[in-house]
Amino acid sequence: MKLELSPSPDAWMTICEDSRLTPGRGVAALLPDGRQAALFKDRSGRAYAIENRDPFTGAQVLSRGLLGSAGGRPFVASPLLKQRFDLETGKCLDDEEVSVTVYPVRTV
Amino acid sequence: MSTTPTHTPTVVLVGHGMVGQRFLEALADRGVTERARVVVLCEEPRPAYDRVQLTSYFSGRTPDDLSMVEDGFMAKHGIELYVGDPAETIDREARTVTARSGQVFAYDTLVLATGSYPFVPPVPGKDARGCFVYRTIEDLLAIEEYAKTATTGAVVGGGLLGLEAAGALKGLGLRTHVVEFAPRLMPVQVDEGGGAALLRTIEQMGLSVHTGTGTQEVLTTDGAVTGMRLSDGSDLPVDMVVFSAGVRPRDQLARDCGLAVGERGGIAVDEQCRTSDPAVFAIGECALASDGRVYGLVAPGYEMAQTAAATIASAEEHSFTGADMSTKLKLLGVDVASFGDAHGTAEGCLDVVYSDSRSGVYKKLVVDRDGVLLGGVLVGDADSYGMLRPLTGSVPPVSPEQLVLPAGAGAPVALGPSSLPDDAVICSCHNVTKHAISQCTSLPEVKKCTKAGTGCGSCLKVIGQLLPAATDKGLCGCFSYTRSELYEITRTLRLTSFAELIDSHGRPEARGGDGCEVCKPTVGSILASLAPVIKASGYILDGEQASLQDTNDHFLANLQRNGSYSVVPRIPGGEITPEKLIVIGEVARDFGLYTKITGGQRIDLFGARVDQLPAIWTRLVDAGFESGHAYGKSLRTVKSCVGQTWCRYGVQDSVKMAIQLELRYRGLRSPHKLKSAVSGCARECAEAQSKDFGVIATASGWNLYVGGNGGATPRHADLLAQDLSDAELVRLIDRFLMFYIRTADRLERTSTWLERLEGGLEHLKDVVVHDSLGLCDELEALMAAHVDDYQDEWAQTLDDPDRLRRFVSFVNAPDAPDPSVKFVPERDQIKPDLTVLTIGTRLERV
Repeated sequence: MKLELSPSPDAWMTICEDSRLTPGRGVAALLPDGRQAALFKDRSGRAYAIENRDPFTGAQVLSRGLLGSAGGRPFVASPLLKQRFDLETGKCLDDEEVSVTVYPVRTV
Repeated sequence: MSTTPTHTPTVVLVGHGMVGQRFLEALADRGVTERARVVVLCEEPRPAYDRVQLTSYFSGRTPDDLSMVEDGFMAKHGIELYVGDPAETIDREARTVTARSGQVFAYDTLVLATGSYPFVPPVPGKDARGCFVYRTIEDLLAIEEYAKTATTGAVVGGGLLGLEAAGALKGLGLRTHVVEFAPRLMPVQVDEGGGAALLRTIEQMGLSVHTGTGTQEVLTTDGAVTGMRLSDGSDLPVDMVVFSAGVRPRDQLARDCGLAVGERGGIAVDEQCRTSDPAVFAIGECALASDGRVYGLVAPGYEMAQTAAATIASAEEHSFTGADMSTKLKLLGVDVASFGDAHGTAEGCLDVVYSDSRSGVYKKLVVDRDGVLLGGVLVGDADSYGMLRPLTGSVPPVSPEQLVLPAGAGAPVALGPSSLPDDAVICSCHNVTKHAISQCTSLPEVKKCTKAGTGCGSCLKVIGQLLPAATDKGLCGCFSYTRSELYEITRTLRLTSFAELIDSHGRPEARGGDGCEVCKPTVGSILASLAPVIKASGYILDGEQASLQDTNDHFLANLQRNGSYSVVPRIPGGEITPEKLIVIGEVARDFGLYTKITGGQRIDLFGARVDQLPAIWTRLVDAGFESGHAYGKSLRTVKSCVGQTWCRYGVQDSVKMAIQLELRYRGLRSPHKLKSAVSGCARECAEAQSKDFGVIATASGWNLYVGGNGGATPRHADLLAQDLSDAELVRLIDRFLMFYIRTADRLERTSTWLERLEGGLEHLKDVVVHDSLGLCDELEALMAAHVDDYQDEWAQTLDDPDRLRRFVSFVNAPDAPDPSVKFVPERDQIKPDLTVLTIGTRLERV
């Protein structure tokens, strides 16, 4: 099983073997245009991808945050200053004016 | 004094002890300080301090710690305080006080709070070199200094202060005798049975007690103490003598100006604490109250202070008609309490007594024929004091037998504060009722609004039970349990995964979920601490544990602001060979790392990318380094001074001990980071008293301090035990650390943990020194398992290709470095290039 990500509409790229992701943790991937994505898998095995850049510090670190769930929705907490981002919408749970890009992912 | 057109009334307070300070606070509370000039003359060189806790000076409390005066109090209320300048004469006709410095103060109201002086029996030799009293910080300093050249000491007086003094002498390393004229110890507070229980326990501690005998003479040679002759004719060879045979009111100033004094001393006052001159008040231990008694306890003194202040403020009718002499204290580690009619003097009263000489517990309650509780004595176990004292004067809800039997014997009784009437006085130091306390919602609020719990502290337990339980003490949105409860659940049920724990013990809505950034690392730490016991993997990145660790633990390095990591190899005790130092230099040079010496005597290498960490560590591990755990909530360093080997002042090999401790506790996962230090002599160059556990060498071993902290909320560590051998030291630290790991909250350093721990330092001593909970074998076994199980995480990681796979910047481009991690030069080294990150606004989590 391979994990694929869509960096732009109608385009898919292979990131890695699905087994490279530990449930509850993330990995970073380099996208063709130089941007970075953070990919996660939750306990049930579902995968998510958002941009890797932490908008509060500018550092490319969201992939190294801890995945959690609140009210049934998955989020990642930035490892730097701990702001949380919803993995499905990209919205910051601690500041409604901030959000990060979400990328579609699939396993094939 | 500047002259003002309108007369400003002046209050002069003579004496600035605990009662004097309480009086000033009461004046300020009533607004008197705003409209009157307030002058304070204080004989001692420092403002009011906690004389009740005087002995704690010897366990590391500084005079500043003991201060009773809040910073800025005098300035805030415009009070003029003159320290080291006692009042010498009072001219009541002119209404002036003259101080030793020659300053003359006119008063409208004069308040005498001169306290008392220690009574020294008029025996030959009482003024010899080596004779002391036990009353002020200066007395303690002198005793401490003299004790350095002494090996044996005697305390004259087996009362409350005498036993405190004896404990202090023993703590200073002296063989200690206690000589008490009465047939039992603490004759005022406890009865014969209580005295006997106390005697046994105190003798077991190695003190020699001589009751029923007086001091006839202090024997001297060349003007210095060499011994004591007792009234039974026997001689005790001792090097120093501390007189603690009671106190007498200091009423000389009052006598000299013709105020009425009692036959046996004490300035006579009425119910408003007025002396025979209505412009002069007397409060505290110098006063002879209207009921004909002189009160030597602080609680009645406080009440007199309130009464005098209220009367002066003319705001309310207040009177002091007497106080009960209830006390609870811990003497030499033994709980002693007496309250109400402890000696059963009321006519027709009855006793209910429980006595267990094996454990040194003695309890007696005095009741009248109708079952009304009149008073009691508790020795060895005074837990019920907080409940029993407020019940005095009423019929307790359960029978007196049930109240004295230990829990588990007969019918166990859970007598809660709910059974107390609303007007029951819970805090007797500040006379605060149950009703007043139940108006508050938290302990800080209680202390602020009512002052309850800020005196002797014996009521804190009951106050805690009266307050509404905190709404939710749960760790986070996923667990309603605290960290220590989760620790116990994990340990008892031997759970080895986060999933098991959250599915079985999470909040209903969190079960089956992923947890959160709070509970995952907490449980990760618990699993790591307990790994040897619950048979979980000792490697924190195996299986599910990998998903629980914060990024620092996940990459075994410290994340810095631009996404790079720093690396800290362990340098035990701060000792390093030139060869190893060169390796660190070469690694830093070859990988272009910024190098800085840390506060913990090691070297931090900054600016490594994730994908460089394995190569850096391969070089370090090859050179004999191992992980320094700078990234973990675990032992950081054990700092040391160079010690006896080189230092001309050193008395022990502090470096060797620091290395031994650092190697023993390395890798130990705990609720927060742990720091330690070992100093080779009392000069304390390693700053051990600011550490979670600090060790200071003595001539005969080691002193262990715990609960210290630097950082934002500095705290001096408390002395846990003295003159320990190497083995005793290690055993005690084992117990201390494991007890902390077991009971602390998430991210709670030992300092805040110790502050929060019910019973504080004494409880900690009970548990880890005296093994009062019978836990010590288990705590030691847990630590032994940790020591046996320890492996270097970096060596383990490098040995396993699977484990190394995570150390890439990009999962889809393993060889590509992260282009966002860039550096620019600064002072011949590098610093993060933040321009590539375009800093956004920061947001602090609310």
